[in-house]
Parts: sequence; structure tokens; C-alpha cells
Amino acid sequence: MISQFFILSSKGDPLIYKDFRGDSGGRDVAELFYRKLTGLPGDESPVVMVTTGGRRHHEGRHFIHIRHSGLYLVVTTSENVSPFGLLELLSRLATLLGDYCGSLGEGTISRNVALVYELLDEVLDYGYVQTTSTEMLKNFIQTEAVVSKPFSLFDLSSVGLFGAETQQSKVAPSSAASRPVLSSRSDQSRKNEVFLDVVERLSVLIASNGSLLKVDVQGEIRLKSFLPSGSEMRIGLTEEFCVGKSELRGYGPGIRVDEVSFHSSVNLDEFESHRILRLQPPQGELTVMRYQLSDDLPSPLPFRLFPSVQWDRGSGRSTLEPKPESLNVRLHLPLPRGVVSLSQELSSPEQKAELAEGALCWDLPRVQGGSQLSGLFQMDVPRLPGPPSHGLSTSTPPLGLGPTSLSFELPRHTCSGLQVRFLRLSFRPCGNANPHKWVRHLSHSDAYVIRI
Amino acid sequence: MPYLGSEDVVKELKKALCNPHIQADRLRYRNVIQRVIRMPGVQEYIQQPILNGLRDKASYVRRVAVLGCAKMHNLHGDSEVDGALVNELYSLLRDQDPIVVVNCLRSLEEILKQEGGIVINKPIAHHLLNRMSKLDQWGQAEVLNFLLRYQPRSEEELFDILNLLDSFLKSGSPGVVMGATKLFLILAKKFPHVQTDVLVRVKGPLLAACSSESRELCFVALCHVRQILHSLPGHFSSHYKKFFCSYSEPHYIKLQKVEVLCELVNDENVQQVLEELRGYCTDVSADFAQAAIFAIGGIARTYTDQCVQILTELLGLQQEHITTVVVQTFRDLVWLCPQCTEAVCQALPGCEENIQDSEGKQALIWLLGVHGERIPNAPYVLEDFVENVKSETFPAVKMELLTALLRLFLSRPAECQDMLGRLLYYCIEEEKDMAVRDRGLFYYRLLLVGIDEVKRILCSPKSDPTLGLLEDPAERPVNSWASDFNTLVPVYGKSRWATISKCQGAERCGPELPKTSSFAASGPLIPEENKERVEELPDSGALMLVPNLQLTADYFEKTWLSLKVAHQQVLPWQGEFHPDTLQMALQVVNIQTIAMSRAGARPWKAYLSAQDDTGCLFLTELLLKPENSEMQISVKQNETRTETLNSFISVLETVIGTIEEIKS
Repeated sequence: MISQFFILSSKGDPLIYKDFRGDSGGRDVAELFYRKLTGLPGDESPVVMVTTGGRRHHEGRHFIHIRHSGLYLVVTTSENVSPFGLLELLSRLATLLGDYCGSLGEGTISRNVALVYELLDEVLDYGYVQTTSTEMLKNFIQTEAVVSKPFSLFDLSSVGLFGAETQQSKVAPSSAASRPVLSSRSDQSRKNEVFLDVVERLSVLIASNGSLLKVDVQGEIRLKSFLPSGSEMRIGLTEEFCVGKSELRGYGPGIRVDEVSFHSSVNLDEFESHRILRLQPPQGELTVMRYQLSDDLPSPLPFRLFPSVQWDRGSGRSTLEPKPESLNVRLHLPLPRGVVSLSQELSSPEQKAELAEGALCWDLPRVQGGSQLSGLFQMDVPRLPGPPSHGLSTSTPPLGLGPTSLSFELPRHTCSGLQVRFLRLSFRPCGNANPHKWVRHLSHSDAYVIRI
Repeated sequence: MPYLGSEDVVKELKKALCNPHIQADRLRYRNVIQRVIRMPGVQEYIQQPILNGLRDKASYVRRVAVLGCAKMHNLHGDSEVDGALVNELYSLLRDQDPIVVVNCLRSLEEILKQEGGIVINKPIAHHLLNRMSKLDQWGQAEVLNFLLRYQPRSEEELFDILNLLDSFLKSGSPGVVMGATKLFLILAKKFPHVQTDVLVRVKGPLLAACSSESRELCFVALCHVRQILHSLPGHFSSHYKKFFCSYSEPHYIKLQKVEVLCELVNDENVQQVLEELRGYCTDVSADFAQAAIFAIGGIARTYTDQCVQILTELLGLQQEHITTVVVQTFRDLVWLCPQCTEAVCQALPGCEENIQDSEGKQALIWLLGVHGERIPNAPYVLEDFVENVKSETFPAVKMELLTALLRLFLSRPAECQDMLGRLLYYCIEEEKDMAVRDRGLFYYRLLLVGIDEVKRILCSPKSDPTLGLLEDPAERPVNSWASDFNTLVPVYGKSRWATISKCQGAERCGPELPKTSSFAASGPLIPEENKERVEELPDSGALMLVPNLQLTADYFEKTWLSLKVAHQQVLPWQGEFHPDTLQMALQVVNIQTIAMSRAGARPWKAYLSAQDDTGCLFLTELLLKPENSEMQISVKQNETRTETLNSFISVLETVIGTIEEIKS
């Protein structure tokens, strides 16, 4: 049971405020939430907070929030509810608002206030979830989304992948995917498009001697459909795809994942035999399948780093060796306190390395597959005691150096090896051209850490 | 349209509710009813449209109308529950539309709040179970929550239900999976192997949530992992790598992960986990580094040697924030695990240069004082502190220094005598802090009495390994937290939740307090007609309870343990509970309260005693289980006499019954 729902901008300005039950204070709750959030001591978690003290009617109110695209989506409740359910609802709301308004952000929300309130009216009644399916909501939503800019060629320069939240979030969503799902009823010329992304997040930890300590791949197949709902779709996955440790398929080593879960609308009749997922996707964004894979990766890791640190003049050399082609690679290396100067020798001019907040950042906008890059950095650390003279060798890194972390994107590559074989639509458009299908694969780093 | 509740809006709404066109047009009707939240003065306009709406053909109208019933009820405030409406809602549970069904449950729950909410009997439970697959994830989660109150009659039925629920453990939505898990845990409370089995199956979804992209979900999942680990320490041990921190994670997630790592350590993974934690100790964030060091200290209670070695190596880094925490960890460790004293004593020399804060200094000084005879340069380190005592800012450090130096003086008098004299002189003559001065004077007088006396007082044991066993989380049964699973309790932590609910309880009691106090002032706590009954009782059962019975708790306990239960009975009890009111009421009829749990504890217990004029003693235990909404009464008697026992029980029943009436 939800008492209030509100959306705050990253600076704490309330964009949307809705009171469902009228049993709580006024709008100043939003302000109270933001004050609590910013004034929280470091060791406490902001996810769930309770109000104590202060005015009477705010007493014992729980705030549960998520941060999404720089916005705070917050619900308040006074009951001991399921935190899983509420967090799930909040992220579903975020997706829904994104679907209806094109993309989620401060600008789009404030342009579409009426639409957002209309949506909230339908999704929640008296603080209870009614429905979140695009299908059902479509019947009740009358307001058109206000789209920020018309399509322009400028946007093409920053075409990226929809929905793939990369760490830098440098990749702007492509304008093709970031339009509202419900196109206006008058405008029939809209394209029928389907976007299917296989996105994997990689978290890796490599010890200083190069041995692999941890590999964890979180994969998702995401679908964004602009087709009229009710059209059936079949997604064929790699046939060698195995679930669990014991299953064997095909003759090769197979593509193995530990755990798979599907969206409830997916029909798995043909999954066992042919690895085909059948579904009738509603319009909008949907996570068709999630999977996890840990420890043994079928393909070698995308990057290898050969660091070497020398003490005599305080210089470090590191060599990168990426396998597939990669974009927006950034190497982040914390440095000892008091580093004053940095001199660098890099292997190509488009790379850049700089000191920022006590760390070294080495940016490589584009890296060819199979290449080896090296960078030599020299630092002066005046206050650091010299290399320990006894016992330890001169290659021991000083305190505060490392661990290195890499962030990157690998287009057209999945670490698990999972591929979408085909995407077939049974939908036959009348008078319209064939629907456009976009299938993309992408891996990006969640935490790729190499100890030095 | 944001809701304002002004005059105009009220007028408009009234007009809309009376307008037959709007009642006919379903979409508009729906919009009007949806906006009725807290508008005084529209009740009479709402009632008929809502009742019509319940029988409407369109499901989306019924959905709104069903929740409209709850809104209407809450608008009326103190109004009586309308039996016909409740029946209608119960029958709507068989509606075709799944959302109507779920809304019915919610609406009934609100309307019947005073009576303890909707009752789930066997037909309803099975009906809901069969409809589960038609519901969306939100509905499923909600229904799973309602099913928690259903108690299957037989074992067979129980396992049938569990079989039906099985598929929901595999659901893609974490909310449904956790809801189903909780239901499993609660239903199978008498079958520990089923519970363990479920927890094994939920491992996958929980671990997936722990590495989810959403930080918030990840945090909540980690909290639940910790909860499970409390009962099943080995449950996640083979997945320890999932709980390694990555540098991009926010602070609160890292702290949770460190706690989890600390709890899942076993013989196989201890090496890797310690290796990982050692990496965190040099993290740029000082807070996180310190948390990691404390975590190593926690593991050291079991794996002492490895941990002490790591901690000793950390001292070599000569970083202030690390050294101070390591020394504090050493202090706690030496107290719990005396076998590591030697290693700690060897590591200590040299630390004093890197400690500046009060906590760290206290820990170091304590160690030097207690184990000074094994540390060769202990007197000289303490001497430095004594030299600089004038510039010392923390009184706590000075107190610690006094005690430590006196202790060291006992074992190494020759080296310490001079500086002890100086320190005592300083503390007594120059110190401005009263506590420090008093402590100095105390030790001075103690020394005057004689050295044997000092030894007797100061040389207490230097370690207490049993404390570690006590602190060790004894394996708690799953049932102790099953009802908290998938709620906010694990997220806040049990102790914090207790304070939160206490605050809320106090808040709720607040406005009612004057009522109870006025009862006390005016005397009759029990309403007149009941009081007559109570007073009649002594005549009818010839029971006369002695006023002002004085019974010590010890005596009570002894007697209680020696007697058998003469009578046991269960009374229904629902809703709020105020122990103070009960205590007062019992006093009126001369039943004394010996001891009781604090308000809000679950289960709540109280021990009562009374004596009649013949000297027969009645000892009573009240056990309130809010989850079963019942109060269990067990009475023991030191002389077996059935007729007085019966009249005593009826007195007790009357009192409890009255309290419940007053409350509702």
C-alpha cells in the first residue's frame, strides 16, 4: 500500500507529486525526503529510510526510492511492505514512463506532466497497483507525449544503443528508439520497428599475478517493440545454449550459463528442443530473458593488462591487449597521495591520459581488436618514502597505487557467446512495409578490476 | 488532475455523482470514483453509485467500485461495518476479472481492519490458489501475502498447497519469488527440511538480485542474504565470490557485502576471503578500509592466526587510520582469544607513532597496561604519554592511562614508580576534569591502603573467551525470522526496526493516553456493568483475593517451576495491546503483576500472581501471540481446588475481555 509517490530531479526539485490516500502530510514530504537523503551519514543506506521526529503526521513513514537516469522515484508507505515488490514497481514505473514519454529524464518529465499524472492514475488506485501492462493502459491514456526535438541529423553523430546504460552514459540513446511507444493515432506512417538487444555486463577481478579471481556475467535480452501488440514473435537463440552445469548440447564446448529466468509472457514450448522463444510482446520495453554466468567463461577475457611498476624514478608501464574491437575504453588507476607531475608516452595520438582526483585516467576512444597498446607514465611523488630497502623487491607497488579498473564497451560481442540466430515476426502489416528489425549484441563493463 | 479538496471541487464532484449521464458513461464514472479520497460531505452522493458500480458489466468499473468501497468506509471514519456490503465483496472474490478479485481482498482488508482483516478460509484459499496463474505479478505478490494467514487443516492439504505454489519460486519477478518463499517458510514451519529446501532453491534468484543492475534491489537482497546466513551459516559459502566488492559500488553496498563475507567464511574459502578483505583495507575511502579491518577482526575469532598475521602486516603500512583500527581490533581480540596475546604483543611496539585519535589511544594504552609484562618497551611508551599528558585533549585517554600505568606498576614496579608518581601528582593537582581527578585520587588512596589491596582490585582476568561464545550468533531457527522475510525488517536490521516500531507504537498510543489516565484518576477502569460482575464473583465462587500481596520475583520463579499447570486456555485477542492498561485493570481485582515484557515485544509475556483469603496461591502466565491473534493463559495453583480455580479464571477472563472491549 503506497501513500505517496513523487519524482524528484537530481537537485531535489519535485517534478511529480501524487498523494494516493490522503493520510499523510503535504507536499513537504518530498522536501523532507531530500533533506534526509543528503544528510545521511556515510554508513547508512539511503534505499529505505524512515522518518522519526519532526512533525506528527510524518512519523513512521518509510521512504523507498530508486535512482533512475538522474531522477529519484520515491514512494512512501506507513506499512511493513515487501521491499522487493516496491522496488520492482518503481523500476517498472520508470520503464513505463520511459515508454510513454520517449525517454526518462528531467526534461521529458516536466514536458509531460499531464501524461505522467494520467498514467499514475491508471497504474495506482488508492495506493494499490492496478496494472502496469502497456496493453491495458493504452485504452485509458488520452494525452499525447510531447517529444522534445524533431528528428535531426545531428543526433546521428551520437548514435548508440538504446537502453544500454554504459558507465559513462556517453552513449546517447539513438533517436530511433527513444520515441514514445504509443505513436499518435493520426500518424499512421510511423515505422514498425523492433529492437532486440543482447546486453551483457561483465564484472571481473584479476589478481596481481594475472590469475582470475572472479568472473561474473549478467546478461539480458531486451526487446523494445513498436509493433501493434498481439503480433507474435519468435526469437531463436544459439542452439548450443545450455543451462546449468550438467546439460550438454551440440558437439562443441557449448554456451553455458548458470541460471536463466524469463519474462512471464514468454512461451517456452520450443525452448527445450530448438532454443526458440515465442512471445507476443506488448508495446514498449521488456526484458525477455535474464541470465547469469560465473567463473568459467567460454571465451578468453576481452582485455589483458600487463602492468609493471619500477621504483627508481617512479615510473609505471602498462600494456593493454584487447581481443575484440572496443569503444570508449577508459583505464582508471588510483595513485598515491601527493603525486605532483605526470609525464606520458602513449602509442597513438588520439589517446589521452590525465590526472584527475588523485587518479590517472587513460582514455582510448576506439581500440582495434587484437592490438596491443602500451603507455608509459612517470610520476613524481615527493612525500612518499623511498622503496623499502630491506626485504621487499623494488617492484612492489607503493601504497595507494591501484587497483586498476577498466570501463569499456564491446559492440557485436557477447562474453558468454550467446547470439540471437533469428528474429521472426508472424505479423503481416497491411499496406505497410515490412517491419524493421534491429538485433544488436553488446558487452560492457560493470567492474573490470586488475590488481597491481 | 491533482486533488485539492476545495469547495468548488466538492460541488463539482457532487454534481458529477448525481448526473445520470456520468453514471451511464463508464469511463467518466470511473474517473469520478477514482478521485474520491478524502472529501467530507459527499458520502450520501457516493453510496448508491458505488453499489451500482459493483454490479456493472464492465470489469474496469467494478475494479474502481470495489476500491471505492474501501474509500467510502474510510471516509465515514467511525461508521459501522456494513454487513451486506462485506458479503457482496466476499462474493465478488469469484469475479471473472483478476484485478477485481485482488481489489476485493484489499478492500475487505481495509473495511475489516478493526476485526483483524479479511478472513481466509479453506474455500477462499483454494479459490485464490487456483486463480493465481491468471494474475499479473503484482496480484500474485499480493495474494501470496494474504495466503499467509491461512492455516491448512492437514498435512496433506499443506503439501498440496506447496505443490501449487512451486512454480512461483521460479517466477521472473523477485517480488513474487520472495513472496512465495515467505509463504513456504511460514506454511512449512513444522518441516525444517522443507524450509531448508526452499532456501536452497531461492538461492539463485537472490544471488541474481545481489548482482542486479539496480543498486537498490541489490542492497535489499543482500540484507535478506544476511538474514538467511544467521540461521544457515554455510548457505552461501560456495558463492563467496559473488559478494566481492567492486570499486564502482556505493558505500552502503560495500559495507553489506563485507558483513556477508564475514558471516559466510568457512574452512574452504577463508584464504580467498581474507585475501579479498586485505585488499579493501588499503582502499582510498578510510571508512571502508576500517570496516574491512573490523571484519577481519570478526573472522579472527575463528581463524585467529591468519587474521593476526594480516593485521600485523597492515601495521607496517604506518597509516594513521589503519593503525588505530587495527589496535582496537587487537584489543577486542585479545580479550576473546587469549591464545593470540603473544603475537599481538610482538606487533604492538612502534604503533604509538601512528595513533592520534582517542579510540585508538585508549586501545593501545589498555593493551600496554594489561599485557605490559610481555612488551619490553611498554613503560617507555607509557612514559611518552605521561610526558604529554598536559596536552592530551581526551579525558577518556587520561583515565585509561591512569589505570594502565597502575596495572603496569604492579608487574614492573621499578620502571614505573617514578612516572606513576608524576602522573598521580598531575591528575590530582593540575587536572581540571573532575572524573580524571577523582580517578587519580581514588588510585592514590588505594595505594595508601597497601599493594595487596591494589592487586586484589586491579588484577582481574585478562581475557574472557566465553564472551565470544555468547556473542557468537547461536544458530537461530528459521522460524524466528520467517515472518520478517520479505518485509522491511531485514532491511533496517532487527534492532533498528524495534526502535522504529516502538516510536510508532508510542505515536499511536499518544492520543489515547489521556483516556487511560483519566480512567486511573476516576477509579473504575472496568465499566460499571462489568464491575458488578467482577464484584459478584467473590460471592458466587467464594473467592476473595487478598489485596497488596507481596511476592518476590525469586519466590515466584521457584514456585512457578515447582508446580504443574492446573489450567490452560486460549482467548482470542486482536489488534493493539497496552500492557499498562492491563496491569492497572488487574490491580483493581487484586491480581499483581510480577513481570512482563516490554510493550510491543512479540510474543508478549506476563507473569501474574494472586492469593485468596485461604492462602491459596494462583500463579499465571499470559502469552500473547499477535501473529495467531490469541492470548494463552496458563494458571498454576499451590493447592488443588477446582472451584476457586474456576472462579479465578473467570475473573481473569472478565478483565481481559473488558480490556479488549475498551480498546476496540
